[in-house]
Amino acid sequence: MSNAVSALQGKSAVGFATVTEAGLQGMITLRGDLKSAKLKKAVKSAAGVDVPAARRITLKSGRGAGWMSPDELLILVPYAEARATVEALSKALADDHHLVADVSDARAMFRIKGDKADQVLAKLCPVDLKTLADGELRRTRAAQVAAALWQSDKGEFTLVSFRSVADYVFGALELSARSGSELSAS
Amino acid sequence: MLILDCPYCGVKAEETELQAGGEAHLKRYGPGSSDEEFDGYMFMRKNPKGVHFERWRHAYGCGKWFLAARCTATLEVFGTYPAQTSAPPADLQAKIKSKRPNWEGYK
Repeated sequence: MSNAVSALQGKSAVGFATVTEAGLQGMITLRGDLKSAKLKKAVKSAAGVDVPAARRITLKSGRGAGWMSPDELLILVPYAEARATVEALSKALADDHHLVADVSDARAMFRIKGDKADQVLAKLCPVDLKTLADGELRRTRAAQVAAALWQSDKGEFTLVSFRSVADYVFGALELSARSGSELSAS
Repeated sequence: MLILDCPYCGVKAEETELQAGGEAHLKRYGPGSSDEEFDGYMFMRKNPKGVHFERWRHAYGCGKWFLAARCTATLEVFGTYPAQTSAPPADLQAKIKSKRPNWEGYK
């Protein structure tokens, strides 16, 4: 197998918050009937979590599932396990109308860390981050490109974008996080 | 700034997260229809000053098409609803009627 590298190979920038490209992450797109018992079972065994409720993401020890739309989930697994997980899901859902695709190398993931990490995103996304619930996955735009984000820890947000715009997203996040450009002291 | 609630994912989506899709509830005339019917379907739009039904797509969010009723003069949004319907929901029509007594209906 070729030597896989993430979009920006862990590039990082420090401002009033720290922006880091998160490196390789297994990501799988799963589309199908999210209410079907078979799919629920397949997700449980592949991601180790239940199918999340609308606009929620559940993560458990490096694996998880996020709700992307009424018929789409984002399955997160360690990078090396993505291919095997895709095969397992395809096999479990073979008789149903569905789509499973390994999109690990088509996406980029960023982490924004710091007490004011929300301000970095508030400047780029039309989202009221104060109303972002715990475990909420919000698909939106970051500056001019599509993105999905969630609060992955206290003072830490994770943002996923397409790999082709990873450099643009990093640039936007880095600019937004520059020291002195905080929105407020809090 | 226009803010619409996406009926699929429930996000309060701001205009830049959405893509406009023109007038809603058009009847499509395809092969076999008369020239007048096709011309009407292709080109004729109501473009009212007042209550208007529109198609919108939650482009940067869940990616689904939905329908919205709003006033083109005041930008007041009466409501949004899923696109799998050929007519606006009755309760939405009643709500619009109570707010705009002179409204002549969606047809």
